[in-house]
Amino acid sequence: MILMIGFKDITLWIHQMLSGYLNPGWVVASEALLVGLAMILLVVIMAVAMIYMERKVAGFMQLRLGPMRVGLWGSMQAFADVLKLLLKECLTPNGADKLLFSLAPFVVLTVSFLALAPFSFAPGLQLWDLNIGVLYISAVSSIGVIGILMAGWSSNNKYSLLGGMRSGAQIVSYELSAGLSIIAIVIMCGSLSIHDIILSQSDGWWIFKGHLPAMFAFVVFVIASTAELNRAPFDLAEAEQELTAGFHTEYSGMQFAMFFLAEYTNMFIVSMVGTTVFLGGWMPFHIVGFEAFNHLMDYVPSFIWFFGKTFFILFLIMWFRWTFPRMRIDQLLKLEWKYLLPLSIINIVIAAFITIMGWHF
Amino acid sequence: MEIPKQLIPLEDTPGEFVINVGPQHPSTHGVLHLRIKLDGEKILEIEPHLGYIHRGIEKISESLGYRQSIYLTSRMDYLSAHMNNQACSLLVEKGLQIEVPDRAKAIRILMVELQRLASHQLWWGSAGLDMGAVSPFFFAFREREQILEIFEETCGTRLTMNYITPGGVMNDLHPDFVKKVKALIKQFKVNIHEYDKLLTGNIIFQKRTQNVGFLPRDLAISLGASGPVARASGISCDIRKLHPYDGYEKLDFSEIVMDKGDSFTRYLVRIEEMKQSMHIIDQLIDNIPEGDYRARVKGIIRLPEGEYYQRVETARGELGVFVVSDGNKTPYRIKYRTPNFSNLGALQYIAKDSKIGDLVAIMATLDLIIPDIDR
Amino acid sequence: MKALFRYFSSIFSAFKSLWTGMRLTFYYLSHPKTILTQQYPENRKTLYIPEAFKGEVVLIHDENNEHGCTACRMCEMTCPNGTIKITSITEETEDGKKKKILDEWIYNLGMCTFCAQCIEACPQNAIKMQNTFEHSVYDRKELIKKLNHPGSKLKSTKKI
Repeated sequence: MILMIGFKDITLWIHQMLSGYLNPGWVVASEALLVGLAMILLVVIMAVAMIYMERKVAGFMQLRLGPMRVGLWGSMQAFADVLKLLLKECLTPNGADKLLFSLAPFVVLTVSFLALAPFSFAPGLQLWDLNIGVLYISAVSSIGVIGILMAGWSSNNKYSLLGGMRSGAQIVSYELSAGLSIIAIVIMCGSLSIHDIILSQSDGWWIFKGHLPAMFAFVVFVIASTAELNRAPFDLAEAEQELTAGFHTEYSGMQFAMFFLAEYTNMFIVSMVGTTVFLGGWMPFHIVGFEAFNHLMDYVPSFIWFFGKTFFILFLIMWFRWTFPRMRIDQLLKLEWKYLLPLSIINIVIAAFITIMGWHF
Repeated sequence: MEIPKQLIPLEDTPGEFVINVGPQHPSTHGVLHLRIKLDGEKILEIEPHLGYIHRGIEKISESLGYRQSIYLTSRMDYLSAHMNNQACSLLVEKGLQIEVPDRAKAIRILMVELQRLASHQLWWGSAGLDMGAVSPFFFAFREREQILEIFEETCGTRLTMNYITPGGVMNDLHPDFVKKVKALIKQFKVNIHEYDKLLTGNIIFQKRTQNVGFLPRDLAISLGASGPVARASGISCDIRKLHPYDGYEKLDFSEIVMDKGDSFTRYLVRIEEMKQSMHIIDQLIDNIPEGDYRARVKGIIRLPEGEYYQRVETARGELGVFVVSDGNKTPYRIKYRTPNFSNLGALQYIAKDSKIGDLVAIMATLDLIIPDIDR
Repeated sequence: MKALFRYFSSIFSAFKSLWTGMRLTFYYLSHPKTILTQQYPENRKTLYIPEAFKGEVVLIHDENNEHGCTACRMCEMTCPNGTIKITSITEETEDGKKKKILDEWIYNLGMCTFCAQCIEACPQNAIKMQNTFEHSVYDRKELIKKLNHPGSKLKSTKKI
């Protein structure tokens, strides 16, 4: 049974093999390199899958077929796009702050990669079991706004500046309710560590275990994280019809592709957070009392559970994008400060009360 | 009404900055150029710059004959090509005192109402697109495509038809026309509810358009606004009712007048107009009279000396054609009073003090066609 | 209390309106039969182009390579864009009469606006609009076409 081996054994085996050849310092260095490469590979594969999914979902929702030309059913379309962007010249506009202009895409992309560290993709497959994992993710992912502001400011373009400012206002406000919705689960679970949160869901996912507060927190989380991602209906930062392309108006070639990749990486991260915190991470779906069903579910590999749930949340986010019109900036802030934030605070109080009384499962 | 005298300068001043929206911008639907003075997100002043697609249609027409000028009018408001052709044809018929056969009249009304449907559908799609919803655009094109296919079968072209000519129409209806139009109307009566589901009832769309871009009744009158824009401000200005032509007087339809005057009302007026257009088509489609589709008109048209004016209701408002003839085969002077030019005038008053996002929403509901403004 | 109720009912109705839209898009996502896309170069064989489609002007030739153009130049005069250039040569017939004969019927497709007024104007019904539509070429000069076939001559029409 290959499934019984598990990722823990594989990682252990790699570690032992490297230790056999190298001294401990080099082992750590080479493992870090391997992990970095694996993460880049994962992100690139996921980005390609997500771009393809996005375009197909968009197409099918709009009575179209989506990409059909490159490869079978257009499956190579994303590679063709990347190739095109690679071959294009990276233009820097006249009067731009050249350093900040070329630094901005790197900041945005680096931040998205940083946030990947504490995730647990399958049992034993975790880079860094940080005891404040959830806090780390929400803290690190909020640095991304600096990159966007840098891009908006340094482009020497009024559209970019407006887009950057909008993005700043938006991310700073929606960070709050996204964080608070996660806190609701953290209260119930009692730990900030990703590993502990997942383990606490072995007898049921928090969205089911946590009664109404957890479900409400999930809804708030999806809305707030869509806003944090700058995606429709909250895509004001790059509102095409208003600001042409917002903060990345002046970017071209690979610099633009990095913003694009960062956007998709962030989408992936947000979906993984949602999966880990609300939908039980790599835990299979169990119904208490149906043992045969539970055993059947156990046979599905855990990473399939994890990525399946991740793609479910990704689909939700895409579904919003291809259905709704965009909001206006004042409505966007109103939604946060008048609806999401007060309701999340009340929600936390209820969640805490439930936890104290021990009413959750 | 205060007419702004000074143009917005290009330079930014402290606390205010000037941006140019267009002539290449995704939301201007063409080559409209707006110079906007902003305070953050708020619009302080707005100034349309025209002329990027000025082709001098009126001047060209002075050297072309009447028949040759008519085809140019399709290029003004390309979404109401039939109506533009109809206006010129009606004017020539008025000048030459030609009696148009009943069949031709019925065909004209059918075509014009189909065109109105197609135009409003495109507007609906692009209104959604302007507010960031991409999907409505494709839903709108589903029906519009069918209408264009019907046009293609009968008129030979999809956009710039040149089908309505002096004396009647260019050629007879395609045998499948009645069948296809009936199927289309039947389908669209179901599918128009999807419009409500996607945009009309959507809370985000409502919040984006309601209480935004108020066009008061007085201002609409003094700017000469017409069409759905004016009717949403409570002005009864449907030429089909007020000065019926081509047999509109015999048909039962109602003029949609609402009086709130904001963007959402303009949206609702157009949605209701689509239903009225379908109602008109329903009445006519089974009762197309037999007979000639065209009265005989000489190859080279010479209008008797004098001045002529003819107005029709296009999808965007009142199109007026004014011709001064000196009896030659070319008009001495021709002037089109186009609806979009007057409707654009409203933009700088109603978009003031709103956000950039509102500007896009307002422009979407004004439904501007730039080649019609510049001609 | 009433304000609170209004606050929550507004949230509820907002979600309901959003859900209606989402249900519609999901319906189309889950029903691939509703897709309208036509895969153009692949479906070229089954493509339906109506007979009336105004693709380009052609001079009608019959099986004897004869056309009906008498070089009267009505179409050239009617054309608003100067798309048509007709050159004629004068020939003497057997009974000594001078007769205009079509030399070249030049049609500039690139300038044509497909208004079909030349077809309306033609007294002989010698030209028509054909429903071909794939007109793209690499050189603009290729759009200038000579419509009368080589060696073609005027249809011998009997006066009725």
